[in-house]
Amino acid sequence: MNRILLAHGSGGRLSHDLICDLFLPHFTAPALARLDDAAVVEPGEALPTKRQLEFTDSRRLAFTTDSYVVKPLFFNGGDIGRLAVCGTVNDLAMVGATPLYLSAGFIIEEGLELDVLREVVASMRASAQEAAVEIVAGDTKVVEKGGADQLFISTAGLGIVPDGIEISASNARPGDVVIVSGAIGDHGIAVLSEREGLAFKTELESDVAPLNHLVADMMQASSHIHVLRDPTRGGLGTSLNEIAQQSQVGIAIEEHRIPVRDGVRAACEMLGYDPLYVANEGKLVAVIDREDADQILEAMRAHPYAEEAAIIGEVTAEPKGKVLLRTGIGGTRVVDMLAGEILPRIC
Amino acid sequence: MMKYLDEFRDPALAAALVDKIRRRSTRPVRLMEFCGTHTVSIFKHGIRQLLPPTIEMLSGPGCPVCVTANADLDWAIALASEPDVILTTFGDMLRVPGSRSSLEKAKAEGADVRVVYSTLDALQIARDNPDHPVVFLGIGFETTAPTIAASILQADAEGVSNYYVFPAHKLTPPATRAILDAGESRLDGIIGPGHVTTVIGSQAWEFLPRDYGLSCVIAGFEPLDILQGIYTLVDRIESGDPQVDNVYSRSVRPEGNQVALEHMYRVFDVCAADWRGLGTVPASGLKVRAPFRHFDARERFQVDPGPVVEPQGCLCGEVIRGVRTPPECKLYRKVCTPHRPVGPCMVSSEGACAAYYLYAGEQD
Repeated sequence: MNRILLAHGSGGRLSHDLICDLFLPHFTAPALARLDDAAVVEPGEALPTKRQLEFTDSRRLAFTTDSYVVKPLFFNGGDIGRLAVCGTVNDLAMVGATPLYLSAGFIIEEGLELDVLREVVASMRASAQEAAVEIVAGDTKVVEKGGADQLFISTAGLGIVPDGIEISASNARPGDVVIVSGAIGDHGIAVLSEREGLAFKTELESDVAPLNHLVADMMQASSHIHVLRDPTRGGLGTSLNEIAQQSQVGIAIEEHRIPVRDGVRAACEMLGYDPLYVANEGKLVAVIDREDADQILEAMRAHPYAEEAAIIGEVTAEPKGKVLLRTGIGGTRVVDMLAGEILPRIC
Repeated sequence: MMKYLDEFRDPALAAALVDKIRRRSTRPVRLMEFCGTHTVSIFKHGIRQLLPPTIEMLSGPGCPVCVTANADLDWAIALASEPDVILTTFGDMLRVPGSRSSLEKAKAEGADVRVVYSTLDALQIARDNPDHPVVFLGIGFETTAPTIAASILQADAEGVSNYYVFPAHKLTPPATRAILDAGESRLDGIIGPGHVTTVIGSQAWEFLPRDYGLSCVIAGFEPLDILQGIYTLVDRIESGDPQVDNVYSRSVRPEGNQVALEHMYRVFDVCAADWRGLGTVPASGLKVRAPFRHFDARERFQVDPGPVVEPQGCLCGEVIRGVRTPPECKLYRKVCTPHRPVGPCMVSSEGACAAYYLYAGEQD
């Protein structure tokens, strides 16, 4: 039997076997291996690869949840499993938390090949290892054919926020500098290029990656990081708008400073998309105190996921809640939030 | 590809062109950019701010989505809701509000509506679904009409019997005449549509200087193309010498694309058409010729879309004719936004209202 059956989700023998034979070989956290109804964890137990952390003084937990429904399941540069782990880890990292534990719930469509599930789970293991987090809780449900599109993954993530860290989209201040960690638009275009009906040749890969170690390096370099955001759906343009609105400031960016890969730019031109609104899964935007810009940039560029980090603009007092772009030829325009789905244009 | 993007956006060259324009322009002029893609490009690159106050730019009716009459859209929505019909369309039409609904809403209610990038995709869907009638919503100008014609010729050659086209294409020179004949606002020059003219040829615009004393420049869509176009137009106006100038010579020839035109007129014939904002304009649309009538969705299907309702207070019609700018519409921004559009000009990626909303903010 090489496919998921409804019986795999019914909680009986097949469910148990699925967990033991498919999931546990990859999700090896001791807390999970006990197979109790809930995982009991002690943050004091450090994973071998984790950095030193002052747990005794940290009173605050960071907690996040997310769901992953990406199509196709596998794409250039990643898959739904890697996306699920990295997306959750990154949400925690964006508030300055050290991510520790993840849960993963799987809603599986009857008939999904076991090999596919295995590959996804193996990918999650590799990503969790890279991010130095443990997957300590899980759930599986199987729905009838047609009840879900192959596989959905739902996660929650728990982390610890060190004392004194206040990173939030409402903390941007006039005079701050805006940095992006690398080229934008890679993930969205990579996924688009594999979807049925929009096939075109591109060497682009999704940039999906866990950013917590990068953030840790940045926090080492400076204690004046005001905002961190990972520009996923809605892209950089939407994230900057969220920051501008939450902080009630203006943000002024320069088009020529924003890194965009040639392939992404070309694909966007052909399809009528704006790279500013295309999803990223391995990038962050940081708003930091101007004084610390150099050392943060240096720390970022030393990290493999932020070699192309660049200052793209600054925070202004006015116009509050708006993002302005100075175009390549010296004009200005407003960058609004993405409205609805980006749809390809006619002519 | 990258060569075009980089070289035609060179900041130093742009600054030089802006300087030339500023020095040449002495009197107030109103220039209409016909094409919605020009409007968007002008906004996207912030060109308006760079122009001297003597130059006023107006958007024209060059947005095929915006000029599609509600009656046609209602018909398409009703057709999509017929059982078994697969309606294929360019993405832009999905969110446009008709009298009562939209293709997006119909899709959410179960209609099989699919977004395609080209008619070839639609034809493939027809091949893949031989038991379903597959209808392509033929909305666009002369840029896309030849490809629609080609799809019909291809379907004919292959004997694909379940492929249909709903012919709603429009022709741009007659619309330009209609706007000028209406005489509602003074225009001093026209920036002609670059892609349309690639098909129809720059000679197709000779009627502008000849019959109306107006200069027309055919420009491409990169910032340098547009600035070069504006400079050339201003230069002609200042010297009182109306002409058609082609500054998009890397794409446009005087006679246009003969192959494309041949395809287009083999399959289609010219007819009167209903334009939102312009009413019925003679000889401005395309209908399917007799030998290909079995591909005409209007011949094959009878649907009753119900009475046409125009959106209350919507100024799309006036905006299309260049008589009003979007901020002058009472609904603009307050009621009508890209998230909740009242009219097509706010939905279409080439619509003037959407361009103003997204890029102009509150300052324009």
